[in-house]
Amino acid sequence: MNVQTQVRRAGAASTKIAIADCDIHPCVGSPRELDPYLAKRWQQEFATFGSRFRHAFSGGPQYPKGQPDAHRRDARPPSGAKGGSDLGFMREQHLIPNDVRLGILNPLSPSGQGFQNPEFSAAYCTAMNDWQKYNWAEKEPRLKASVLVPYEDGAASAAEIRRRAGDPAFVQVLLLSRSAEPLGQRRYWPIYEAAAECGLPVAVHAFGYGGTPITGGGWPSYYIEEVSGHAQCCQALLTSMVIEGIFERFPGLKVVMVEAGFAWLPPLAWRMDKHWMRLRQETPHLKRKPSECIRDHVWIATQPMEEPDRPEFLRDTFEWIGWDRLLFATDYPHWDFDDPAQAIRIKLSPEERLGLFYNNAAELYGQPLQ
Amino acid sequence: MAEPYRGCVDCDIHPSVPSIKALLPYMPDFWHDTVVQRGIKALDTISYPQNAPISGRPDWRVEGRKTASSVEDVQQQLLDAWGADYAICNPLYGVQALLNVDMGAAFAQAVNDWLVKEWLDRDERLRASIVIPMQAPDLAVEEINRCAKDPRFVQVLMLVNGEMPLGRRFYWPIYATAERHGLPVGIHAGSSYHHPVTPVGWPSYYTEDYLAQSQAFQSQLASLICEGVFTKYPALHVVLMESGFTWLPSFLWRLDKVWRGLRMEVPWVHALPSEIVRKNVRLTLQPIDAPPTAEQLNRVMDQLESDRLLLFSTDYPHWHFDGTAAMPEGLSPELARRILVDNPRATYSRLGGQA
Amino acid sequence: MQKHVVATVGDIPPGQRKLVTVKGREIVVFNSGGEFFGLFNRCPHQGGRLCEGVLIGLVESDEPGQYAYSRRGEILRCPWHGWEFDIRTGQSWCEPERIRARPYDVEVEPGTHLVKGPYVAEAVDVTVEEEYVVVNL
Repeated sequence: MNVQTQVRRAGAASTKIAIADCDIHPCVGSPRELDPYLAKRWQQEFATFGSRFRHAFSGGPQYPKGQPDAHRRDARPPSGAKGGSDLGFMREQHLIPNDVRLGILNPLSPSGQGFQNPEFSAAYCTAMNDWQKYNWAEKEPRLKASVLVPYEDGAASAAEIRRRAGDPAFVQVLLLSRSAEPLGQRRYWPIYEAAAECGLPVAVHAFGYGGTPITGGGWPSYYIEEVSGHAQCCQALLTSMVIEGIFERFPGLKVVMVEAGFAWLPPLAWRMDKHWMRLRQETPHLKRKPSECIRDHVWIATQPMEEPDRPEFLRDTFEWIGWDRLLFATDYPHWDFDDPAQAIRIKLSPEERLGLFYNNAAELYGQPLQ
Repeated sequence: MAEPYRGCVDCDIHPSVPSIKALLPYMPDFWHDTVVQRGIKALDTISYPQNAPISGRPDWRVEGRKTASSVEDVQQQLLDAWGADYAICNPLYGVQALLNVDMGAAFAQAVNDWLVKEWLDRDERLRASIVIPMQAPDLAVEEINRCAKDPRFVQVLMLVNGEMPLGRRFYWPIYATAERHGLPVGIHAGSSYHHPVTPVGWPSYYTEDYLAQSQAFQSQLASLICEGVFTKYPALHVVLMESGFTWLPSFLWRLDKVWRGLRMEVPWVHALPSEIVRKNVRLTLQPIDAPPTAEQLNRVMDQLESDRLLLFSTDYPHWHFDGTAAMPEGLSPELARRILVDNPRATYSRLGGQA
Repeated sequence: MQKHVVATVGDIPPGQRKLVTVKGREIVVFNSGGEFFGLFNRCPHQGGRLCEGVLIGLVESDEPGQYAYSRRGEILRCPWHGWEFDIRTGQSWCEPERIRARPYDVEVEPGTHLVKGPYVAEAVDVTVEEEYVVVNL
């Protein structure tokens, strides 16, 4: 006789608290929405040549998604507009029922990031930053924006960061994980310098258009491998950041890993410590163990939530990362959305719950604690 | 000292090709002369710079010759000292990186023949993986068929980073042939470097290259599973070598999770990825990449949810531990025996075979 | 069990669905090729609203590269994480037999590779009486 596995998740649901959602994806409903912020020259560029990434397709991703636009199917507003494009519907479906007190906006493609044309990339990013500010953050006090930067151009990125610094609408800088070179490399250092100087954390979100195969042995066939592959990409880029010494060079820098899961982080840190120690001669600029750099400088969002078949393994992982480094995120409106009332299958203490669901993010992003 | 290692099977050791000259006697005239008159000096790869600390433990290095290039050194430092019953040789020499596939095949054949004459014939405890030109599966199949006749070849050797992800149909002739012969496929750390060695581009440091190997194993394992290699070749066993294993539980949680929602994309995957791995995949022990405490390591080993996965290895002469501290602390004698003896013997059915 | 009339047959043409509330619980009723099926509107994974999901067929495969596609319109994909549910039974297709001790009686349907798993989207008994669609709850 089949017994329904309707597990009552006592953790988040029992005493509701307001949450921080560290990964929300607003999107442009139609390209026209960006016109007030984008110079005519670039409006025409978009209309004539399109966005052009380092893969084949002019519209649509390299690996076709599992659901249309990778959205949960119920995220389409009644108007028929794209999921994530309607603030009113987002409030109704997500912000209010889930009591999102702090929501971090991470706009994805097309955002300007990864465009082959560096000037176009910079112009589009700036326009999208204005769009986030005026169409979202200033209309909805719960929501905070990310400074989109044309990250392949370090200097242009630093300029954009400094332009937005001090504006309370913006709480972090956003990069994508699959850059042209590993993100610890020198060409990206101006980004970290500016971000650290301006007191803005740098979030690295899964995906990107660097053009490198998502494995060191070439291109996999399937979307399922791309999704799973984000964990490997984030391990590699975090390795690059640590080994290249950006945390030594920019001691005030904070990095947030978003949408690549989190359980890979402790074994990565163990492996890094072991082999870095053996090969230390190669990296005289590193003064601390990799695991210490990670502890001191790296936060990690919880989406997609890990689902070990024995839930106590999840507690191990949270402990090994550190309860103060975990940031709850839903990834709304994407299909692999984590529902705050359902996603965590273990009982959390009130302190653990408050940190993971809100205060860690509030502290990181300079917002009042609960 | 030899207890508890006496009777163990060391599933990953690296005899090294002393120089390209050592291979010349094993090459047909055309390739012999090609090597000499074109001045092909060496095919050692950047995966293990000779003088880098990981490449050779200090007490295993010998003045005046390449580390692990002499049978006597290996006998004295490892086989006799540890009391192993068997040790499986995985020669690392860049044959897989050659873009001229015929040259790759010629070198693979020479390495295998050199290994037989200079190593397997000189110590009954030694066994070997068949080095194949994986960049040309048709030629690789020929080499497997040739070498499989010698029962001291117990495995087929591939590198973790090849031309394309290892599950792809391009490589299937290799898996079909290995399965037919009852040979596991051993996938070892290393790269042909035909793609940037990390999944986000070329690194600056050797340290990053070495660290990137564990990510490579994750992606390649995902490929083998998602492409349905274990559906097509259900009797095939794969051994991940010098891969680390503490990343495995978290990797499987994630792959299981995404498979539940995306099963329809790969409908030939008939079971949870973690179940496929527990059935068809094994991993050698070193490097352990252990957490700071023995208690945490035991917890990770619980998270593996199987005592069949790990195969003892020293990864000689690579430097991952000192003295004989090759095994995790605090294992039960039963689990230790599984790792040291039972799991390797169950994986390598050919171990007992003599020439 | 009580009978609840939730719609007329004409309200739910073939291929369509209707979300109804019975005894305070949401139920989505499907018309697949003239037959009616009902599921409670809640994915057992994380609670996604199944009424928003898309109906597809069942894809099975003996071998990589082969796609045997049948039962079009009878498999519901949860609108969130995409888990597949058989609208006839509520059974999920993604969770095969576990090697370790199983708390459930799991049956293997002969002739298929897929083993029904423990995740069930609660199916609801739906019948047709004259021109009415009836939920038996």
